[in-house]
Amino acid sequence: MEALILAGGTILAGVFACTAWFWGANLALDLICPARGPQAGRNILRANMVRPWLFIGPAVLFLGLYLVYPVLKSTLMSFQDASGARFVGLANYRWLAGDAKFREAILNNFLWLLVVPATATFIGLVAAQITDRIRWGKFAKSMIFMPMAISFVGAGVIWKFIYDFRAEGLAQIGLLNAFWVWLGHSPQTWLTLPFWNNFLLMAVLIWIQTGFAMVILSAALRGIPEETVEAAILDGANPWQLFFRIKVPQIWGTIAVVWTTITITVLKVFDIVFVMTNGEWGTQVLANMMYNWMFRGAPDYGRGSAIALVIMALVTPMMIWNIRAARRETG
Amino acid sequence: MADLTLAGLTKRYGEVTVLSGIDLEIRAGELIVFVGPSGCGKSTLLRMIAGLERISSGDLIIDGLRVNDMPPAQRGIAMVFQSYALYPHMTVRQNMEFALKIAKKPRAEITAAVEKAARILQLTPYLDRLPKALSGGQRQRVAIGRAIVRDPKVYLFDEPLSNLDAALRVATRIEIAQLKEAMPGRTMIYVTHDQVEAMTLASRIVVLANGGIAQVGTPLALYERPESEFVAQFIGSPQMNLLAGKVVETGARTRVQLEAGGTACSTVPTAPADLGLAVNIGVRPEDLTLTEGPGLFTGTVEIVEALGEVTLLYFGRAPGAGQIIAKLPGGHADLRHARVTLTTAPEKVHLFHAGQSLLYR
Repeated sequence: MEALILAGGTILAGVFACTAWFWGANLALDLICPARGPQAGRNILRANMVRPWLFIGPAVLFLGLYLVYPVLKSTLMSFQDASGARFVGLANYRWLAGDAKFREAILNNFLWLLVVPATATFIGLVAAQITDRIRWGKFAKSMIFMPMAISFVGAGVIWKFIYDFRAEGLAQIGLLNAFWVWLGHSPQTWLTLPFWNNFLLMAVLIWIQTGFAMVILSAALRGIPEETVEAAILDGANPWQLFFRIKVPQIWGTIAVVWTTITITVLKVFDIVFVMTNGEWGTQVLANMMYNWMFRGAPDYGRGSAIALVIMALVTPMMIWNIRAARRETG
Repeated sequence: MADLTLAGLTKRYGEVTVLSGIDLEIRAGELIVFVGPSGCGKSTLLRMIAGLERISSGDLIIDGLRVNDMPPAQRGIAMVFQSYALYPHMTVRQNMEFALKIAKKPRAEITAAVEKAARILQLTPYLDRLPKALSGGQRQRVAIGRAIVRDPKVYLFDEPLSNLDAALRVATRIEIAQLKEAMPGRTMIYVTHDQVEAMTLASRIVVLANGGIAQVGTPLALYERPESEFVAQFIGSPQMNLLAGKVVETGARTRVQLEAGGTACSTVPTAPADLGLAVNIGVRPEDLTLTEGPGLFTGTVEIVEALGEVTLLYFGRAPGAGQIIAKLPGGHADLRHARVTLTTAPEKVHLFHAGQSLLYR
């Protein structure tokens, strides 16, 4: 209850402060440079030069404080020792190159990269096509989209229950084990099965991202000129050819944007792994490894920062390509 | 070679009937034009023939075979869309090949068909371009090429020239006419709202109105013997003048006293019982001439449009008539604000039942 009041109060105060700033600063500017009197023309020009800065000023300030500064500081820290006391050159990166856990994390991230964007985009595409055709498509769509509203942590907790294990003979509360036992097998501790547990974690992200892919691709599919589809029907294309040879190529740009957007999410995947396995049993990923080094046990800011920069280096090219492609799409 | 029979074709969307009981015989090698105002159902009718719209009731027969439930691709038809409907991700060549590839035709046959069509349509230099790198006219030629390579029995054109500018429209219209000349055995059905396209291309025109056929005939038959006021006013530009009046003399020649003041004489015969009947006479603007003596209509010229080859005179509204327009050959002295009298030859005067819009004969 206290937390709710605090949260509500913070939101109110924030909104009030923002309004006060924009309204007050604007008013102050008009008082300093009034659009009247002998200097009216010059005042209007000056005010117009200052005004944009008043409005974007806070955003620039906070972006700088919370985005640019951390990048610079992390870069610096990645060349320093555990406590940031002295420079160690490339020692942290040399350590990364030789660390088995880091290799595992890179490999797992690569596996995630191969599986999640492709699967989520493909299922999303098929769902978009099918839900546009069936009578209860709207309902299906909202059900598929729903997981988007759940936080990754929440989703992780939900799926942890699905994969839950109870000793043989006890009632299985985990959906997967309940089904598995019903099939006549003995219950499994799913999340500790090396290699395969990675895919069980990926299922969570696919479950979340499919809705996103479906919504965007559904809009793109509707944007396809109906005549090209009709022309293809007259040309004798069957539904399969219609979809893969006429429709999909026409929305290829959107598919690429969806794909790369999910790819970026995947590169940063943290919460799901953190909540469900914390990187144990061979499920480590870069972001979770960074968190462990940075904030757990005896923190090593140097190594943590080095991992952070590796993640950034992987994400940045994707990001640039994604933004460019999105701009091309919207013309 | 394909004969088409439309027997009682009807299209309903729920409660709304868009087309009802369309009966039409189309013979192989004809170029039939469906024409009518927007919303008359002409495009719907074409799409029913294509198989893109379900037929609510009635029969569609191509070459003696009922094709109501046959998939579009098997009906032996090809369609050219108003918006071209080219596949944007395929080159011109791939666009034209697509249907043949789907049909799993041999490679050599596909290449030969595409290159022949490209030659006919002068598209050879553009075969490897994407549609977005083509002009509107070229795109429409690709769309036509896509139809040609399939060598269909029936070509369907859905307002193919509407998206082109005026000059290109005339040029492409002539190309379509030449295409028809080159393929005398192929049946073509062409939808337009442009009566010039209809008149110049059609072997027969089907005028559609209010979900039914208003009249079917050769372009000149429609022009010379329109069976209703609607067809009379739809075919011909400017549209036919209609003036209300009463029959005052019957027999081999009919005299009509017009509400606007003049009298008209028509070669349409009437029976004695028709004396006093309320009729509308119809006279085409180009059939009107100036006269000194008593005539059909006397009025003040409001606007003159001198087009060089013809001069259009616009008169104000007269009692029992819409705007009267006269189309005189050649140039004329400035007749603006002049009060003139118009007349016409009796054989040029059409008679319609007032209100019922039926030819009076």
